Amino acid sequence: MEILVCARRVPDTSENEIELNSAGNDIERDELVYSINEPDNYAVEEALQIVARIGGNVTVVTVGGEDDEEILRREMAMGANHGVLITDEAFSGSDARGIATILKSFVRKGNYDLILTGVQAEDGGAQVGGMLAAMLDYPFASLVNSIEVLEGRKLKVSREIEGGNKEMSEIDLPCVLSIQTGINEPRYVGMRGIRAVASVPIPTFGVSELGVDPGAVGEAAAKVKRVDYFVPALGKGAEMLKGSREENVHKVLELVAAKGGLK
Amino acid sequence: MARIFAYIVHKAGVADDSAAQLAAAAKKIDPTASPTALLTGWGADLNAACSALRASYAEIWTISNEAFAYPNAELIRKALVKVVPPGSIVLVAHEHFGIDLAPGLSIKLNSTFVSDVLDIAGVEGSDLKVVRQEFGGQVSAHVCCDISSGAVVTVRPGAFKSLESAPVAVTVVDKSSEVGALSAGRRYLETIAAEAGDVDITKHNVLVSIGRGIQKQENVAIAQDLAEAMGAAVSCSRPVVDAKWLGKSRQVGSSGKTVKPKVYLACGISGAFQHLAGLKGSPFLIAINKNPRAPIFQVADVGIVDDILEFLPELTNKVREMRSVAAK
Amino acid sequence: MVEGIQSVSQVTSWLVSGRTLFLAIHILGVACFAYIVAKRLVPLLRAERDLRFDRPLVRLERVFKFWLGQWKHPRYKTAGTLHILIFAGFILLAMRAFAVLIVGVSQNFVMPGLSGRAGQIYDVITDYAATVVFLCMVVAVIRRLVFKPARYEVPARFGKAHTADAVFLLALIAILMVADSLFEAAKAAGQSQLGQPVETLAVLSLPWILQIALLPVATATIGKVYAGAYLLHEVTFYFLLCYRPFGIQFHVETSLFNVYFAKLDREILKPVRWGVSDEHLDQVKSFGVKTFEDFTWKHMLDFYSCADCGRCSDNCPSNAVGRPLSPRFLTIKARDYAFQHYPMFRHSDVGSGSGNGNSKPLIGHLYSEDEIWSCTTCGACEEECPLLVEYIDKIVDLRRGLIDDGNVPQSLQKPLKALESRGNPYGKMEKKKADWANAKEFQQVCQVKTLGKSNGADTLYFVDSITSYDDRMQSIGRATAKILDHVGENFGILGAAERDSGHEVRRFGEELLFTALRDHNVEAIKASGVKKIVTADPHAFNALKHDYKDVPEVEHISQVIAREVKTGKIKFNPLESRDKVYTYHDPCYLGRHNQVYDDPRDVLDAIPGLKRVEMSRSRDRSFCCGGGGLMLFYEPKEEQRMGVKRVQMAAEAGANVIVTACPFCMVNIEDAIKVAGLEGKMTAIDLAELVDQEMVREEQKAV
Repeated sequence: MEILVCARRVPDTSENEIELNSAGNDIERDELVYSINEPDNYAVEEALQIVARIGGNVTVVTVGGEDDEEILRREMAMGANHGVLITDEAFSGSDARGIATILKSFVRKGNYDLILTGVQAEDGGAQVGGMLAAMLDYPFASLVNSIEVLEGRKLKVSREIEGGNKEMSEIDLPCVLSIQTGINEPRYVGMRGIRAVASVPIPTFGVSELGVDPGAVGEAAAKVKRVDYFVPALGKGAEMLKGSREENVHKVLELVAAKGGLK
Repeated sequence: MARIFAYIVHKAGVADDSAAQLAAAAKKIDPTASPTALLTGWGADLNAACSALRASYAEIWTISNEAFAYPNAELIRKALVKVVPPGSIVLVAHEHFGIDLAPGLSIKLNSTFVSDVLDIAGVEGSDLKVVRQEFGGQVSAHVCCDISSGAVVTVRPGAFKSLESAPVAVTVVDKSSEVGALSAGRRYLETIAAEAGDVDITKHNVLVSIGRGIQKQENVAIAQDLAEAMGAAVSCSRPVVDAKWLGKSRQVGSSGKTVKPKVYLACGISGAFQHLAGLKGSPFLIAINKNPRAPIFQVADVGIVDDILEFLPELTNKVREMRSVAAK
Repeated sequence: MVEGIQSVSQVTSWLVSGRTLFLAIHILGVACFAYIVAKRLVPLLRAERDLRFDRPLVRLERVFKFWLGQWKHPRYKTAGTLHILIFAGFILLAMRAFAVLIVGVSQNFVMPGLSGRAGQIYDVITDYAATVVFLCMVVAVIRRLVFKPARYEVPARFGKAHTADAVFLLALIAILMVADSLFEAAKAAGQSQLGQPVETLAVLSLPWILQIALLPVATATIGKVYAGAYLLHEVTFYFLLCYRPFGIQFHVETSLFNVYFAKLDREILKPVRWGVSDEHLDQVKSFGVKTFEDFTWKHMLDFYSCADCGRCSDNCPSNAVGRPLSPRFLTIKARDYAFQHYPMFRHSDVGSGSGNGNSKPLIGHLYSEDEIWSCTTCGACEEECPLLVEYIDKIVDLRRGLIDDGNVPQSLQKPLKALESRGNPYGKMEKKKADWANAKEFQQVCQVKTLGKSNGADTLYFVDSITSYDDRMQSIGRATAKILDHVGENFGILGAAERDSGHEVRRFGEELLFTALRDHNVEAIKASGVKKIVTADPHAFNALKHDYKDVPEVEHISQVIAREVKTGKIKFNPLESRDKVYTYHDPCYLGRHNQVYDDPRDVLDAIPGLKRVEMSRSRDRSFCCGGGGLMLFYEPKEEQRMGVKRVQMAAEAGANVIVTACPFCMVNIEDAIKVAGLEGKMTAIDLAELVDQEMVREEQKAV
């Protein structure tokens, strides 16, 4: 099976402190460390496990610039067969729909049976996968937490719905799935693996290679734009207890008891 | 101003809580307009849901089709594309169905898409101004969307407060015939219920809930000790289940259980909305977290900046002390 | 030789003369043994190389100490004494055994140099030797069957008990002694009966006793006993010789070699591949040990040499708390694997090395992943083993293989990723590394400079990750800085330029990540121009001392304090509290791995009024607290925490304060005090913290 995973390089949520910069119009990016978006990593691991079972290839693609190559290399160190960087000045400032448009032209150039994305990235959009599927007219399922390959170009997938229940569906290939964290246990990528792929050439695709309409992508075409970042005034919110630990413990106990929380 | 629709999710004849919230959101987009509810389904369930919506919507469009006995986002999208007029604004709740439906719907309606909106500032010309969050709720952002050719907007459940007033006259329009034959590359098979764990957290009045801040599996015992001392149960957020430190049955959240306790101790939980979405009924929320900027402090009643690995054992000791004194 | 009794070489049975028979047995026995040993060598020829041929004089010295001198044996008094006696007996009996064998073919054979007086003395000595060995066998069998020492037990998951095999071998040796003694006794009895000069037998020795028992027996029968005992001796001797390579008794032959080739530089970890330098590591196709043939020949020799004594597992903290790891069985299982896959008569069913698909992966078949991750590398096993079997290198090699295959527990992936991106396992920002020192309140008490272009110093205080970032451990950093300041040390820290020492990264098998961290640190250290390094972290101490090259000398703070106590720069106020009893817990990487046992104790003993007790497990028998570095993130399957066991040991010793000199020990012990329910009854303090607390300061002196 030919599997394409659409990935993104994001500031690592666990190894960074997200703060506003002094100008107040963006987050402080100077000392951020970046890594692949966690759900995308689960998606690549899932793709690797599928091809280990039934054969095939895993390609990881990202839309961005030179800096974003590192996540492609990391996923290749993990076992992905190909990494592709889609990059062009014309693409910068694209909104989610623009990204989906770009990815769609890339998909049309290949012959992929299955396209995976992570359920969402750091902006919580959860949108590119669904948009891409609709543009390609492929069936789509989001929040997928298990995949079973069936006979006859079909998959059986499970979606995570409320209450921890699982919605089981059958979906035809080719299709797009957005993958939820916890679907598997991603394997470790060691320094050795990363070094081994450090000089592997990564093909790039731009506007002309993809044959995408420049007017449909990029900043000018973006219909959704972030105006600024801000931290809302913590006016209403928790009453913060300021005492010593002992005092706080005492107060918590008082409050809990008052609310009927101690049987 | 474009027409505003709200797609309503319902189950077993009961409309989702978000129904009234979407109406409130619609009012913030256009205070003069009256949003139309979109309802798909089949049989008695559909009728019951429709009746429930009369309290919030003056106009309800229903699409009845056997294919909608179980809500399949692929099929429903095809139906909606047939009935929703071009240039409309469609609101959907940002939960598992909305995530499935809305992005693709925006493409097929050829309209702009923006997701997980927390607040709506208003419309300026052809721009809709909204507020979103990024980085797990650590920062907020003002976002501007060009809605000149319509929009699909998913709204965070619980972000908008339902409105008080009830419309008087309600028109129900049956759009079933406009839909035509429906088929999709995805077919629903069945729903597998979550495994019942050893503890049903939905039945407890007091929950000691742990998140990533518990750090290791062996520290879960710290929370269990406290819960035991208090006569409470241990629940958790998603990362704890992903790491396999507790079973899925303990997860509180949009993809876990919905709980309505009296008291909720959020220990080492950042406060991502997917988790808070599982908390209903306005419990007394006490949050303990090492990070003073954790989003949970915005919604908690009482907050303590401390290390849960140190704080909880002391709390447990105090509870035990108190109990042994009371027993004498 | 007895006249009147046929010499064994002339006895004829079934038309075969004794000489022929025994010559045939000799040839057969030796040939079998040679064949067996050759077959046993086959896997070693397929193994990875191991460079053990240097410094022959040092190696010989160690053979004298550990092999001939049985240096490690007395650590277990009963078994040790027994073994020393048995070993001494075997050494003494060696020539006699040889002589006895030859007699069957050449009846007048006497060992050169042992005719006359020397021979008589030798005979007396060997009479007693045989007796002692025989008695030791009896005692050993009784121990096995009646007293059953716990360390010999075989947990169910590792198979059946080894008792039957052990008793069988002990019995065979006993029979050998009896046969030899009976042979001597029969000769003397015959000589006595026939009125010939009787060969002297040592009084009260086994041959002496048997001779008395034989005196009333008819001469003809004695003749038969004489021949029979000889045959029994021959057969038993060769049976044992050929049977030994099939079990733990192979150590009789291999121990000499195992000790000779044992590792000389104990603290230097085995390189990924001998003969491949760091720069060329990229060319190595597969890192670590994944199949049996990936072990080096010396490691395979280790497997053969294990005597199944169980001392390693008896001291292994992982084993003590119920983790899946038992070092003894790590070795025994590998040995059994070698026996199974390299059989005597068929061809080995295995290809060579990881390159050939034929050899099964060790993990998942022979060993479980948890077994390999459970090791804290405390070194207790290696400290005990009388045969100098090595464990840490094997564990590290197995982990290298797991890492190479991406098979890493999820709990370890996050800190490893953080080490890669942020240089510390907590994922904290580099710029915050010196926050502990730059806090305003602390700067007023003690100025700690961060080394840089404008800031130089003689000494580097290498703080390392946990002391820099952990709220609790930062107090150790501050105490250490204040002590260095007090003794007038011109020191500084690297601050944001410091990365984790990488000590555990290397021991967890992530060799390349380790070299990246190390190279970064070495560059920063060189750029700082310091001439000495001090650290309060034994893991960093060990890394800087042994894993790092081209860096200045490094000391642990306890060594600095001990020295300055002697010079008088550090003086202590008398301790105020009367009811505190202190005990010192030896950190594995300060004590056992680097033999720093006395300095911390001297420091404590220099504090007036400080009552100190020793735990029964102390110094090189110290019990690991649970491990440091990446081990703090691993989630083991265990019945109890190591720290809890250690805290209980402290309580048993009568202490209520545990002093340690390692931040990881501090984490584990403080945690364990809570888990063990000893809060309020037991506290822990770091040596530097205690010294900082009790030190006499100038201001006070002035008064």
